[in-house]
Amino acid sequence: MDALLDLLKKNARESDATLAKLLGTTEQEVRARIAAYEQEGVIRGFQALLNTDRLDTNDVRAVIELRIRPEREGGFDRVAARIGKFPQVESMYLMSGAYDLLLFVKGASLQEVANFVSARLAPLDGVLSTATHFMLKTYKDQGVLMESEPHDDRLQVCP
Amino acid sequence: MTTDSKSAPDFVAPHVRSLPKSGIRDFFDIVAGRKDVISLGIGEPDFQTPWHIRERAIEAIERGATRYTSNLGTPELRQALAAYMRQSFHAEYDWQHEILVTVGVSEAFDLALRAILSPGDEVLYHEPCFVAYAPLIRMAHGVPVPVETFRKDDFRLTVAELEKKVTPRTRALLLNFPNNPTGATLDLTDTEALADFAIRHNLLVISDEVYSELTYEGGRHSMAAIPRLRDRLIFLNGFSKAWSMTGFRLGYACAPAPLTDAMMKIHQFGMMCASSISQTAGLEAVRHGDAAINEMRDSYHLRRNFVVASLNEMGLDCFMPRGAFYVFPSIQSTGLSSKEFALRLLNEYNVACVPGGAFGACGEGFLRCAYATGMEPLKEAMDRMRTFVRALAR
Ligand SMILES: Cc1ncc(COP(=O)(O)O)c(C=O)c1O
Repeated sequence: MDALLDLLKKNARESDATLAKLLGTTEQEVRARIAAYEQEGVIRGFQALLNTDRLDTNDVRAVIELRIRPEREGGFDRVAARIGKFPQVESMYLMSGAYDLLLFVKGASLQEVANFVSARLAPLDGVLSTATHFMLKTYKDQGVLMESEPHDDRLQVCP
Repeated sequence: MTTDSKSAPDFVAPHVRSLPKSGIRDFFDIVAGRKDVISLGIGEPDFQTPWHIRERAIEAIERGATRYTSNLGTPELRQALAAYMRQSFHAEYDWQHEILVTVGVSEAFDLALRAILSPGDEVLYHEPCFVAYAPLIRMAHGVPVPVETFRKDDFRLTVAELEKKVTPRTRALLLNFPNNPTGATLDLTDTEALADFAIRHNLLVISDEVYSELTYEGGRHSMAAIPRLRDRLIFLNGFSKAWSMTGFRLGYACAPAPLTDAMMKIHQFGMMCASSISQTAGLEAVRHGDAAINEMRDSYHLRRNFVVASLNEMGLDCFMPRGAFYVFPSIQSTGLSSKEFALRLLNEYNVACVPGGAFGACGEGFLRCAYATGMEPLKEAMDRMRTFVRALAR
């Protein structure tokens, strides 16, 4: 992967000036390349990575395995596109193995998520079965540990 | 009680008593315990040891692999190191007779010197350099002979400077590239010229290549890759820098059997063997640690770019070092000595860098900045240094 994308993945808030110095290029060049990536749809957005366990909310998250019937034309894509439009669905992947779609779903309560599954997902044309697992705690997300490793305990000066 | 009754200081041997304290140690004492200091004075990687390596060490303890190993090191590790030497430098070393696993490059260095030096033998080493070299030569009853390297040569060691210092008593030449504290590296013509010099003057070469894996451009040019030098080379390497394993204390020496055997004699009585747990971890590192090295190297590489660009921009001249994780800017434009600069930077701006003079007299006028530190502290340190340099210019 391009080193610029790597750096943005690690810290999307890095300033253009710092990025330019890191990459040995100019700020204009950095801005142009980011713009190009946005244009091409490679960069889809910049978000904060939160440890929601530390937030004062009752939001619940669930992982849902979905088996669906592929269509003659378009395979899974049409059903997936319909499901992806629900705002409750935060992420969705096509999987190999025992089920087809893996969904990460958010709701205000257990009840709300359960209702979403039974009232919205399960009845959809082409959905064969659902299995819902509620998430209890986040240990790691997007490569970042939620409880960080111990701080820098190296000697302050050494040879 | 007689009048010549000795007290504790009298028992210290004169050659140890006369050993100066390391300049780094001085500086450490000043920094120690201070809060809010951003330190660019740390000669050790900021990365945690890669987890798969730590995991293997835990597993070694669980399995009970916690006993003495062969003096030379475990056969598995030596075999893996022989393969590593072949792959990295096309250098053939017989794992049974030519590789010795040690407690860091530090011990390997000490062994090498003690194995080859007779009292009064002179040893050429280049400055600025790692602080341990001259003291270790002294402890082995040799005579350290510093050879200068210069900013105009990007701190490469030149044969012209060596020729000025070589005498009939010169026994060995020490090399350390990529270099601590300058980040200097050698290219192929340099290593060839140094090899010829050593052969011409019939010297042994001890090459400390502990930063070899952290080479960013220009390729890795090892003394071990020069076949005609093989019979007079002790090659040293370790796990501390490449795999971020400083606390494991693991290194190794590769040398022809008679030399390995001589080092091993000292090692077997003085150390017995390197930690068995560390050796298990080291085996994991050489066998499966490439991805981790690549990731860390990429990260140092970018940070190097950032620090060099920032320092040059604020008017502290530095060349683009191609290896290790140090930059060595000149602070001569500020009119301060390197010690004054470092002390004021510490006292007024809470940033610690090591004055160049700590690495040898010709390091005066320079500063060692280690960039093995996270991006956020690095940015903050550069901002503070910029403010300091601006204030000085006023
Ligand atoms: C040039 C050089 N050699 C050797 C060492 C020590 O390495 P080890 O941890 O393997 O003893 C260091 C550590 O800073 C170093 O910079």
